[in-house]
Amino acid sequence: MNTMNSSITSEASPQDEATVPVPESKPTDTVIEEGKTVGKPYSDDAKFKLRDVEVFYGESRAIKKISLDIARNEVIAFIGPSGCGKSTFLRCLNRMNDSIDICRVKGSLQLDDQDIYDSKRDVVELRARVGMVFQKPNPFPKSIYDNVAYGPRIHGLANRKSDLDEIVENSLRKAGLWEEVKDRLDATATGMSGGQQQRLCIARAIAVSPEVVLMDEPCSALDPIATAKVEELIAELSESYTIVIVTHSMQQAARVSHRTAYFHLGHLVEVNETNKVFTSPEHELTESYITGRFG
Amino acid sequence: MTDQPSQAELVRQSLKRRYRKERRFRAYGILAIAIALSALVILFADIIGKGYTGFMKTSITMEVNLDGEMMYLDDPTDKRQLKMADFVEPLVQALIREIPGATEEDRDEIRGLINPYASVTLRDALKENPDWLNTTRTMTFLSHTDVDVYVKHAGDAGYSIKLDEQQKAWVDELLERGVIETSFNDVFFSGGDSRDPSKAGILGAIVGSLLTMFVTLILSFPIGVAAAIYLEEFAPQNKFTDFIEVNINNLAAVPSIIFGLLGLAVFINLFGMPRSVPVVGGLVLTLMTLPTIIISSRAAIKSVPPSIREAAEGIGASKMQVVLHHVLPLAMPGMLTGSIIGMAQALGETAPLLLIGMVAFIVDVPDGFFDSATVLPVQVFLWAGSPELAFIERASAAIMVLLAFLISMNALAIWMRKRLERRW
Repeated sequence: MNTMNSSITSEASPQDEATVPVPESKPTDTVIEEGKTVGKPYSDDAKFKLRDVEVFYGESRAIKKISLDIARNEVIAFIGPSGCGKSTFLRCLNRMNDSIDICRVKGSLQLDDQDIYDSKRDVVELRARVGMVFQKPNPFPKSIYDNVAYGPRIHGLANRKSDLDEIVENSLRKAGLWEEVKDRLDATATGMSGGQQQRLCIARAIAVSPEVVLMDEPCSALDPIATAKVEELIAELSESYTIVIVTHSMQQAARVSHRTAYFHLGHLVEVNETNKVFTSPEHELTESYITGRFG
Repeated sequence: MTDQPSQAELVRQSLKRRYRKERRFRAYGILAIAIALSALVILFADIIGKGYTGFMKTSITMEVNLDGEMMYLDDPTDKRQLKMADFVEPLVQALIREIPGATEEDRDEIRGLINPYASVTLRDALKENPDWLNTTRTMTFLSHTDVDVYVKHAGDAGYSIKLDEQQKAWVDELLERGVIETSFNDVFFSGGDSRDPSKAGILGAIVGSLLTMFVTLILSFPIGVAAAIYLEEFAPQNKFTDFIEVNINNLAAVPSIIFGLLGLAVFINLFGMPRSVPVVGGLVLTLMTLPTIIISSRAAIKSVPPSIREAAEGIGASKMQVVLHHVLPLAMPGMLTGSIIGMAQALGETAPLLLIGMVAFIVDVPDGFFDSATVLPVQVFLWAGSPELAFIERASAAIMVLLAFLISMNALAIWMRKRLERRW
């Protein structure tokens, strides 16, 4: 922990004059240079353009100068050991950190070339474009219908009941839940199984037709069968949405994502095509993590 | 080492000790509950034992000859005549006829058996039914309080019986013949306070309490909930809000009589509001209840899971929408419970109301928020301090009514919590 704040590793930046070579025996000895990411962090068709992002919780720095592009209609997975800042970073993308008083975000974060953290930016409009699915299924204690209809209602997306019905049906269909719940739309959502609840939350998120869906460990509270269903769903949704998924399961990252980003103690260590990250990681820390030496 | 007990033996010994300790601890707990429960049982037994007779009245049923000549009355619709007429004489004559062996010479003693307000009852009956004049009617009147006390507490050393031997004999005789009988005390629930214990009722106090509680509720609930929402959801976290928070908690611990003094100084002296009225009482009790409601509402808001908040924010609900659509409905059961408990506290509050004059002797049932009134606990206070022993059972009966209100309010709080939480 203590060695990580002060920079530098020979591997990450062999050209840097100031680096001090460190023994490569144990991964924790490896020091990461701030703001250096190996692999392909940038994209020509960027939905999100994130440059030198830093996040502070009070005095402590949770995210250290991360630069990354998230491409249009890609599925990008954030992996890394617990406490590496991947969830914190994810929550910057729709400003969910705003409600935490001591949290400050620095750097440039752009969605379609518009600054996310601009003081004139309306956070409500941002969240309508960047939806979110959380770690624990968190349906409202209301009916299934009302859960899905809530977003369209508050954003005024449907003027007539029939329009709203259509949105609800489409969203539930996309979430693969329609056949299961079409006869009990008035039942309370909290009575459903965990997997159904999570798919309902996905349906709720896509009901407002967002451009991006952020998923914060969406399967960590689900059993393998429910997980498989959600993963299938992510694959389908990737055709029309940009999806950013944080996961603890490397298999999941390998299965669903196009690109994978490896986070380590607040640094973005490596970003690359998923198969490349898992077959031939460039960074030593990534390799240690995916081969299970720590994490 | 060989004569040392084995490890299993050591564990067994320590286990024994542990179990003994556990049993002792459980016994302490049971003892504590037993003490608390027995105190409660003694309290209830005492109040009910003293007070159940308060729910009974003693009345005399007799045939009254409504002779116009005897009453100096020939037109019951004439107000002036009604005022001047003698309504005592027919009652005395009727009772003399009921008691064998009683003569005109015993009229003072016989009059002492009839309630002083009986003549008013007779007058009102005649006013209502003028055609009853010069007929004979079977009518029921309250007995004198001394008779009431004698009938209820003849063998009780705690009560002094004011009837003489002759009167006691008559009452015994009349009781046997069913002329005097005890029945449910409807007077107690249908009238205001009175100097005569038999005539005293708590309706005035109940209505006063309801009016006061209404003012308290419509002021303290919205203000308390709004303050809690602001402090919990919108207020910035800084020294100033910390200061407010500490002071709200302090207010909850301020003795209630201080609020009474405040009410006296501000509402009555400064704003010139009238004394003894439910509005001022309600305002004072609002001040007293607010901290309770704010604290419990904040706790209820805090207990709303953050995941729900996040879910709503994640879809793009604004702060206001998150609060109104999600936090408030989920926190409502807790808020209502806290408010009802605060209201129950206010209902039982006496001290602050003494200071704003709600302790006055008020006979009439109040008919508005600006009409002089008293409240249940103050009525208990008034009667308990009364020199007449017959008021003691009324005080106990009033306590029972007050307790019934409090218990039903708490039951309502529990029911509401259960009921509203089911949606969760």
